[in-house]
Amino acid sequence: MLELSGITKSYGGRRVLDDIGFTVSPGRLTGFVGGNGAGKTTTMRIVLGVLARDGGSVTLDGTAVTAADRRRFGYMPEERGLYPKMRVLEHVVYLARLHGFSKPDATTRATALLEELGLGERLTDNIETLSLGNQQRAQIAAALVHDPKVLILDEPFSGLDPLAVDVVAAVLQARAAEGAAVLFSSHQLDVVERLCDDLVIIAGGTIRAAGTRDELRSQHAQRRFELVSAGDAGWLRDEPGIEVLEFDGGYALFDADSDESAQRVLRRAVDTGDVASFAPRHPSLAQIFKEVIQ
Amino acid sequence: MTASAPSFAQSVWLVTEREIGSKLRSKAFLISTAILFVIALASVLWGGFAAGGDNRIPVAVTPQTASALAAVPDAVEVTEVADTDAARELVRSGEVDAALVPGGPDPFGFRVLANDSAPGGLMQLLSITPSVELLEPDGVDFALRYFVALGFGLIFFMAALTFGSTIAQSVVEEKQTRVVELLISAIPTRALLAGKVLGNTILAMGQIIGLAAIAIVGLTVTDQGALLTGLGAPLVWFAVFFLFGFILLASLFAAAAAMVSRQEDIGSTTTPLTFLVMAPYFLVIFFNDNPVVMTVMSYVPFSAPVGMPVRIFLGEAQWWEPLVSLVVLLVTCALAIVVGAKIYENSLLRMGARVKLAEALKG
Repeated sequence: MLELSGITKSYGGRRVLDDIGFTVSPGRLTGFVGGNGAGKTTTMRIVLGVLARDGGSVTLDGTAVTAADRRRFGYMPEERGLYPKMRVLEHVVYLARLHGFSKPDATTRATALLEELGLGERLTDNIETLSLGNQQRAQIAAALVHDPKVLILDEPFSGLDPLAVDVVAAVLQARAAEGAAVLFSSHQLDVVERLCDDLVIIAGGTIRAAGTRDELRSQHAQRRFELVSAGDAGWLRDEPGIEVLEFDGGYALFDADSDESAQRVLRRAVDTGDVASFAPRHPSLAQIFKEVIQ
Repeated sequence: MTASAPSFAQSVWLVTEREIGSKLRSKAFLISTAILFVIALASVLWGGFAAGGDNRIPVAVTPQTASALAAVPDAVEVTEVADTDAARELVRSGEVDAALVPGGPDPFGFRVLANDSAPGGLMQLLSITPSVELLEPDGVDFALRYFVALGFGLIFFMAALTFGSTIAQSVVEEKQTRVVELLISAIPTRALLAGKVLGNTILAMGQIIGLAAIAIVGLTVTDQGALLTGLGAPLVWFAVFFLFGFILLASLFAAAAAMVSRQEDIGSTTTPLTFLVMAPYFLVIFFNDNPVVMTVMSYVPFSAPVGMPVRIFLGEAQWWEPLVSLVVLLVTCALAIVVGAKIYENSLLRMGARVKLAEALKG
């Protein structure tokens, strides 16, 4: 498990990270969410050791992360970049060999990974001739080729079309399933919501929320329910402890002040007419995000 | 398939291989190297043919005057004719530059016929001059001294600048594209630096050895054995001095380039180095006949690769001088590697504005 605690960083007196602490567990995808300038990239660069921290610690399985540990990290920097004049396969093989794989092993791995990412046709093309989306895939291959234990990916989905997002998401999920700890930042909240097991929300250099996706959802759940029934649900307005948010004939969206109130509404609805659906409405990540960063 | 961390040497070699591979794939590099080799070959061959060409003076003689040129058989191309009239005819037609015909005052006993002016070269051959003793003979004539000095200066300047800028650009390319963040999460910074310096040194030495081979083959083919014998030792010393001189410069170029983050800014930190590389070239052109300047040059590490071989060629250096100068160069080279590596390590991950030298050294 990768653990950050008490990380601080200032640039010229301006504190950009303040007491950053969270964990990234093996076998899980952790989404790192925050607005522009919230401190995501700075935090990730500190984890990778390409930026020095002012205070705090980064540990892996309880011991401070060393250069040797970082060899088993996979990293995708925010600003993309590979050697423009190298061929795709050659480049990924080179990185694998720098991580200690023999040439044949590196070639086998790189070829398989690039094919998995949909670049099988472009192996001998120069990086600079690829479209931005394909360069991004190559970049992901560069981060994954040495089978890292910990993956730190800065905006891996930005600039990808929806199909490519699915391809990359599948690759990341497969890595997590094999036991890698995966941390990725994104501002595409729908993608994060769909993929992540765990969430970390950062704003203004501080962690505003961290935990499993389901925990966060229930913490921020407001006993909001959705009722779809055959009859007119106008009676809801007169129920005590109920606040109707949206109403349209048999459809109603309402907040209940307690579980009992909600159950009472359900019973009355069944008495009044056929109920097609009655379900709690979970807050979306976008709602939770807006709420916690305020 | 698992990977164990590559050793330092393996990491260095992987970087070296990539540096060489990417340069050898560049068409611009291959073409400019080919042009350089062709120019080198052409100038050696041209020098050879110019030296070996026929520059004898065509002279007509009559049977009575033939003996007058017996002392200088190599300098004249003699055409013997029957009498004065025939000789006069040849001069008039331009087939010969001059003719020796019987008659004229003693002690010569012959006259020189020429078309419109006295033939200077021939007159000198026929003149009687007192013998001259030079107290300080100059072993090498001025033109040869100039061209050898120019040659070493130019080759050093071009090779050092070509590969110095290559290494600088490659350092900034890695910074600008952030590839460097991937590289140094895999291998130590020093391995990256060492690989880049080594790769470019191999390429530069390849070019130098190629040029030396062309010079040797060219001189042999055109039968300039004497010059070749004279150039042999200086060429070997040049290669040795260039090797360490280039490592010195390459470390500094890499360090200077690491201080900036964009190709556009390279000039702001590498310009002083560029001057350092150009200096020996200009010094050797202007001062190749000034023993004091040449002696100083041959000991200053940045100009020793040019200064010392030229002095060895001129026969002005004692046998121990190149050795002392080489030791000075080696010590400087070691220092440059230490300082260069420090600047490189401290600057490599600092993006954005140019890193100040004091900060880069402190770290």
